[in-house]
Order: sequence, then structure tokens, then C-alpha cells
Amino acid sequence: MDKFTVLNGLVAPIDRANVDTDQIIPKQYLASIKRTGFGEGLFAEWRKDASFVLNQSRYKGATILLGRKNFGCGSSREHAPWALMDYGFRSVIAPSFADIFFNNSFKNGFLPVVLSEAEVDRLFHECNAFPGFRLVIDLERQTVASTDGALTMHFDIDPFRKYCLLNGLDEIGLTLRHADKIRAFEARRKAQHPWYF
Amino acid sequence: MTARTLFEKIWADHVIVVSPQGEELLYVDFNLINEGQSFLAFDQLRMEGRSSRRPQQHLAVTDHYLPTINRDRGTAGMANPEIRRVVEMLDENATEFKLPHIGWGHLDQGIAHVIAPELGIAQPGMLITCNDSHTATNGACGVLAIPIGGGNQLRHVVATQTVWLKKPKTMRFTVDGVRPEAVTAKDVILSIIREIGVGGATGYAIEYAGAAIRAMSMESRLTICNMSIEGGARIGMVGPDDTTYQFLNGRRKAPQGADWDRALTYWKTLPTDADAAFDRELSFDAARFAPMVTWGTSPEDCSPVDGVVPDPSSIGDGDRRRHVERALDYMKLKPATPLQQVAIDRVFIGSCTNSRIEDLRVAAAVVKGRRVARNVKLALVVPGSGLVKEQAEREGLDRIFRDAGFEWREPGCSMCLGMNPDRLSAGERCASTSNRNFEGRQGPGGRTHLVSPAMAAAAAIEGHFVDIRRWT
Ligand code: SF4
Repeated sequence: MDKFTVLNGLVAPIDRANVDTDQIIPKQYLASIKRTGFGEGLFAEWRKDASFVLNQSRYKGATILLGRKNFGCGSSREHAPWALMDYGFRSVIAPSFADIFFNNSFKNGFLPVVLSEAEVDRLFHECNAFPGFRLVIDLERQTVASTDGALTMHFDIDPFRKYCLLNGLDEIGLTLRHADKIRAFEARRKAQHPWYF
Repeated sequence: MTARTLFEKIWADHVIVVSPQGEELLYVDFNLINEGQSFLAFDQLRMEGRSSRRPQQHLAVTDHYLPTINRDRGTAGMANPEIRRVVEMLDENATEFKLPHIGWGHLDQGIAHVIAPELGIAQPGMLITCNDSHTATNGACGVLAIPIGGGNQLRHVVATQTVWLKKPKTMRFTVDGVRPEAVTAKDVILSIIREIGVGGATGYAIEYAGAAIRAMSMESRLTICNMSIEGGARIGMVGPDDTTYQFLNGRRKAPQGADWDRALTYWKTLPTDADAAFDRELSFDAARFAPMVTWGTSPEDCSPVDGVVPDPSSIGDGDRRRHVERALDYMKLKPATPLQQVAIDRVFIGSCTNSRIEDLRVAAAVVKGRRVARNVKLALVVPGSGLVKEQAEREGLDRIFRDAGFEWREPGCSMCLGMNPDRLSAGERCASTSNRNFEGRQGPGGRTHLVSPAMAAAAAIEGHFVDIRRWT
């Protein structure tokens, strides 16, 4: 997993609430047998519309997505963060996220940032008003700021998730530090509730 | 000892380590794997040279991609090479990682969430995971059933038999009152989601309680728990009771003999204590519920069948208004249209929400001796599993459906999602017993209306939605 420290990136706004994973990566792209390559299917249905954000040249090369509430609702498909990452995004900012998408994102080194509705509104405003609008996401300091620093917003993040992202730490490695405890638990459960095994 | 909820008891029973950051390492008693995205997990495990820690506590099942026709021709019958490849890969991966596997040719094959309860795998007190968002279905059996991602999380469960999770908050939906006839479990859960919204239970583990839930069969409870995720919750459960025990008793993987007695004694300690507290509580009166139809592109976009398509201009909340406008545009529906006038092109009876024997019986009773309307191009019945199919055929339900003009297919997810050959064409309108009506869910440009099996069956006969309460 790649480390996530500071991201300075162009922002692409998707001004819709409840963007679901079926839109993020339509299922016809899921049969791909490689983890990479999903970027092709990112928002495939919406991209058929020439005026869609990702088709506009001013957002070419964007690495930060700006969204509305309940971003990533729908299926538990891990492809959603993969597709976003494969396309080039490393982070999405929104007022709220669906649980599964939120969790899957962290596990893939993709950072979902929760800001308040008002802050997100403000960012949409700036983003629409200024072509080339960029933001700097500093994970260590937990801030989202304009490149000139005039606008700085703070976000919360679970310390454990932050630690893993900052260090590019993968979960199996973390877990196996507890191998003895897992073994002991297993033995105890088997003795107490043998019918489950 | 302080009073605890069902969820809290089972959760506490599975905690191995609590990280200083508050995530908990939980033991996974059983894990189900579908072909959906699992190849990614296996690819990575292979790359890392890892194996499965406890192979016997897994079951790989083919359901999402598998076509529902031409099974007798084996993988050669799968016309689309990508689909065939995904189905084959589950086979290969299960074999390589030594995991038990119900493949495309197996008599028990079906939808994972239908199979686990019917084989008696899902038992009260267990923690079960599956790389699918409708895993909560198993919660109807008093199981802590949790969806996991098909890549990293699945890989972690296979390698360690554990999962890191943050404990959700608890919420109880108490559904009291007597459900009117013709109002099914599907209508109950749709009505609840309509009230709370699709994000209403995000971050919570739901327990469904109350007289109306107690009175339900296991099949109905499975339908209710199945759609927890449509309300935003990853976990939905019903406390085990005599209905649960009777359902489980004698099933293939259920404990037998002395083990059964021991298990039963333990299971009876699991239900929520009388004075246990939940973080949130909501009450509903089942007597007020009606048969529901969705008219939009989110499960909360539903109304009683005797209602009309809403008028976005009358909605105050801006986000909601824009959503409804967009949904009606996509669904090609005009405000104020009576739902019963909405004509359909296809009917799908199936999915992990409504493909169990009880669902098929109800639908068959509706269509018996009638014919599918001429404007309906295709009406599909897809049993949830090989065992459901066999039972239905023993009862002659397949004949009833076929005589009425339905197609009777092999088990699988089928037209619940457009990932296999069963899908809607752009612009087609479908009465579906599945759980999701997102844009393109059943095929790009397809329009989905979620309903109960009885409502879908009646819609097939009339060619449009009808109020099953007044329909004869
Ligand atoms: S039937 Fe539908 S919702 Fe259920 S597991 Fe299959 S695809 Fe998912």
C-alpha cells in the first residue's frame, strides 16, 4: 500500500448527493480480472455526457474529488475506491460517506475526508469560480487548505487509520502481531462452543 | 452483570484484541465467498504466498455472475468469456486455497445468503462475514453477520480468520401491531426505509423486534434483515426464538444430539436483556403498513401502491427535491401518476431478498390459473438455491409459473444485478422483488420498481401494478 502524506491536487466537483457505487463503477466493468484497469469504467455512464465534469478539460489530471452527502452508497464493491484511484484520484471530500465505501477506501490507501456541509459548499463555490482550483490535503496535520493557505479547514480522522495510511501499513501484517492471541481465542472457543467448528 | 443487547453479547464473545485506536479484532466463525470480486483477494494472497488459516470455516459459492440457463452445458454454456472466467476463477481459487466450494454444477448452488441459513450454517451466536453487502440477511438467525470488502478485507479473513472492525452503535426497530393480510415482510422493510431514509441507520447495528417480527416466519425475517443495508446499516438481526430453533433443527450443518442441547442452552442466553439500552429506538405499527412500490432510484423512493408518483415541486428540502426530479426523469414518470397505472415490460421474482420457498409459494398462488399479460416481454422466476428449486418443483410451483407464461430458471442472483446475462435493456421497466433500484442496477438504462413477490406476480398478470389488497 502506498503511503499517504501530503496531497497537492487539482479538484473535480461532482455536485450530486447519494453518488452510489453502481455509478462510480458500473457493473459491466467489474468482470475485469485485474485490479488495475478499473479507471476506465469510472462514472462510465455519466461520462457519456460530454458536459460531465470529468470530460471537461479544466479538470484533467484532478486527484481530489469533491462530493455531496452519502457519497459511495450502494454495493460493498471494493472496486469503487480502486476505480477512483486507477483514474488518478487519491482522495474524496464530502459531508458524509456510506459506511462500506468509507471503510474500503482506507483499506486501499484512498483518503475520504469529511468536512461540514458549509465547508463543502464553500469548496464547491471556490472550485466552480476558479479554474485550476487546487487543494492541499495534509494528513499529518489533518488539514485541507487552498494552495495559498488562505483557506484552511480541519478534518477528523481515526488515529489508527491515520497511522496506517501515513505508513502505508497493510492490515495482515498488523494483525499477525497478535497471532498468539488468535490461537488462544480459537482454542477457548472450540472448547466452549464445539458445534460452531 | 449489566443488561446487554443481542448484538453486544455476540460482539463481546468475538473480541480478540482491542487496538488502542478503538478498532477491534474479531474472530470470524464462518466466511462465505462469492465470485464477485474475490479473485482480487486470492490474487494478492497468492502473490504474498499466504494460505487459508481455517479452510473448513469458509464456503465459496457461485451466484453473482453465473447465468441461469444452459447449466447442463457446463462452463461451455456461459457465452460471455469474461463471465465464464470469473466463474471458473472461483472454482480454481477455492481448490487452490482448499476451501469448500459450491460451484455452478452443484445441487446446492444458489445465492450465498439463501444457502447459509438453509444449510444450517447460520446459527445464533455466530459471527459470519461475506464479501457482499447483503450479508446481514443471516442476522435473521440471530447471527452477527457482517459484509466485508471483496479485496483486502476478504484477503484478511482468509489469511487470519479475523476481521478488524469498529463497533457500531445499536438501534432497535420495534414493529408492533398486526400486519394486514397481503402486506409482506418486503412491504414492512420498504415502509421502514421510506421513513428513516437510505442513510437512516448508517453506523448502527439494527435489531428488529416487536410482535410483528416475532409473528414472522424465518423466511420473512430473512427478507427484513436482508434490506438493512438499504437503510444504511451493515448489520441487522433478530433475536433467536422458537421459530429460529425450529427452522434450524435437523438442517445439514446444524448441531445434532448432545451438541444441539448444549447449543440450545447457550442460544437461549443470547436475546437482548429486558432492560438493555440501545443508542436509538424507533417504533412502528405494522397495522399501518401497505403494499409498497418504489417509483424512484433509491429504496426510500417508495409509496403505498394506491398512491401516486410524488411531485418534486412540493418537496421543501433542496437535496431531496433535486434527487426526486432526477429520479423521475430517469424513471420516465410524471408526478401525480397513480402507481397502478404504471405499465411494466419485465418481471423478476428472485434475489436474496425474495427467492425462498415462502416467496415462491405466495407468487405461485397469485398466478395460478392465469396468464402473464401480453405487454410483459419476460417474466422470470429464479429460485434462490438448488434446494429451494427442488422443493418448489416437488410442490408443482414450477408448473404453475410455466403454465402462466413465466420462465423457470436455475438458481442465482440473476436479474437482481446486471452482471450476468439476465438484464434489462435501456428504457425497460421491471417489477422486481430484489432490493436495489439504483440507476442501471438491472442493466444500463433499466428502470426498476421494487415490490413484494405477490405484487410482482400480480403485476405480471395485469401488465401494470395493482393493489394486491383489492385484486381478485
Ligand atoms: S441477489 Fe442481488 S443483492 Fe443478493 S447477493 Fe445477489 S446480487 Fe447481491
